[in-house]
Amino acid sequence: MSGAPPQGLARTASGAGLWPSVSRRRRAGNWVFWALCLVALALVITPTLWMVAGIIGRAASHFKFSVLWTSTNNLTGGLRQPILGTVVITFAAIIIGGVISILTGLYLSEFSRHRGERSILRGGYEVLAGIPSIVLGYVGYVALVVDLHWGFGLLPAALVMTVLVIPYVTKATETSLAQVPTGYREGAEALGMSTSYTLRKIVLKAAVPGIVTGALVAIAIAIGETAPLIYTASFSDLAPSLHLTHQALPYLTYLVYFFSSLVQPVNSANILANDAALVLLVLVLVLIIIGRLIAARARRHAES
Amino acid sequence: MTASTPVAEPTGGAGSVPSPRAGGSLRAFVKGGGLVRWTGRTGALIPVLALGFILAVLVVEAIPAIRYNGLHFFTKSIWDEGTGYNSRIVTTNGVKHLTGADYGALPEIAGTLITSAIALIVGVPISIGAALFIVERLPRRLANGVGIFLELLAGIPSVIIGLWGALTFGPFIAHHITPVIARNMPDVPVLDFFRGSTGNGEGELTSGLILAIMIIPIVAATSRDLIRQVPILPREGAVALGMSDAQTARKVTLPWVGAGIVGAVVLGLARALGETMAVAMTCGVALGAVSSNIYGTMTTIAATIVTYLDTAFLDGSGFAVRTIAELALILMVITLAVNVAARLMTRRVSGTPLPIGAGF
Repeated sequence: MSGAPPQGLARTASGAGLWPSVSRRRRAGNWVFWALCLVALALVITPTLWMVAGIIGRAASHFKFSVLWTSTNNLTGGLRQPILGTVVITFAAIIIGGVISILTGLYLSEFSRHRGERSILRGGYEVLAGIPSIVLGYVGYVALVVDLHWGFGLLPAALVMTVLVIPYVTKATETSLAQVPTGYREGAEALGMSTSYTLRKIVLKAAVPGIVTGALVAIAIAIGETAPLIYTASFSDLAPSLHLTHQALPYLTYLVYFFSSLVQPVNSANILANDAALVLLVLVLVLIIIGRLIAARARRHAES
Repeated sequence: MTASTPVAEPTGGAGSVPSPRAGGSLRAFVKGGGLVRWTGRTGALIPVLALGFILAVLVVEAIPAIRYNGLHFFTKSIWDEGTGYNSRIVTTNGVKHLTGADYGALPEIAGTLITSAIALIVGVPISIGAALFIVERLPRRLANGVGIFLELLAGIPSVIIGLWGALTFGPFIAHHITPVIARNMPDVPVLDFFRGSTGNGEGELTSGLILAIMIIPIVAATSRDLIRQVPILPREGAVALGMSDAQTARKVTLPWVGAGIVGAVVLGLARALGETMAVAMTCGVALGAVSSNIYGTMTTIAATIVTYLDTAFLDGSGFAVRTIAELALILMVITLAVNVAARLMTRRVSGTPLPIGAGF
């Protein structure tokens, strides 16, 4: 729809030569309108490019790949523990949250037939999506870290991130299950497959690309979160371990702010902050690209 | 597939009739989807329970603060824990607090609303204009390419956007743009808000503009997808009536998906209201005072919570933490109301569901 017709419209509008003055005014108006829209688009792209250039520019002068596996030691060293921390927290959140979300999406889309029940369950996760992440952080801190005496650690951090992740994956699961053609289910039933077999082998399988794309978005969001982690994971330069509570752990987004020149006057810390920002940017980019590839593949499969 | 439909059992045995043999009925339970169904129902309850837990924690923590702070909390500009040399814990109406504790969240609430308003005023026209241009003017391939920028903008962690705002963008506008505006603004009632000292780039305007950038992906991507769905016939009709394509876009295409776009805008508002790190890093976090002009340092509810929570735990009476809970509750009520409104609005008017979160 974007290609030919609008240009056709443009010719129709500006090509009428009967009333030249009106035509000129309209043509000018038309031109101004689309010029403004182009400016708007430029205003979307410029800050993005500016940010990306800023991140790369600040990190490029000193970035060495060895920073990825060198240990962090107070304010110097590399990013080994923060990277591990981010990976472990995100992984834990996406596993717990993913299971809950897929069950929720499956139940909402395949089983729940009671309207009231559906609107409560769906409303529940949609409202969860609207909770500001700092409120989640507050609740995690007050309820889990302080009141339950868990202390800072992987468990409270992962649980808070789980809540953050659930809406994205649930929404993706529910939407992609709803898009599985009814014919698939009818065909499976006509072949005498049991309900659980149909769900496992036919319905869920067809919905996998959508669910994975949703999970990738959730991972990108979780990797970039800071506010809920400050008060649940806190910070340390210890690598994540099997101690689920009472062991604060590091993560990349913490470094971006608290090691930056806004907070730390130490140069080696600022360098780490810049590197952490670059690593985060690359991670997000990779996730976006994988998501696009999966979506494109799924589209091709659906068409063929 | 409806689970109640009896599924033909190829192996005979159970079917839909419960078999007397326990093994058989268990198998029927598993194969007929009963197991998945019950696990699914249990799993589906967890988000609702989590929501209930979060609300319960906030309300329980906030009740003492609500009782002590009263309605003045919404009208006063003061942030005083009551700490000092002779502060001790006293009890008023059964609420423990330090002597002289006095809180008023007007700066936080006003700051949240003002920065979000700036974000909407700046971000929404840009988003809609960009969406229109992407759909109506760019070839599909290029439109896809531009889409990556929107996804990237949605995906860049807010702490990185905040860092850019604090180190690059804020100082840039403070040096090159705001002094010019402040000097040339006439001294009349509304516009004098734009006059006066422009500061170093930390403050209301920077935070508002950063928020504008952050709501662009969700508003622009949703608008773009909605505009793509407008059928060709009404637009052709508009052209047949003699409208230029700019007029068609303004008077036919946009109104066609108006409700959906309003929904997306409101969702963007919810994101702006709740954004934490980017604002905390660019607003200057000035507790207890309202800025006199648009360039001054200020604070929002979310920024206050994130910067002040660990200090609040030093309050031996625990009252500062309860006050933070009240702030969090206010923020949550505002954002949830906005969110639910957006979803109800679009659900009633158009069939397109709104995305969740940042707008991928």
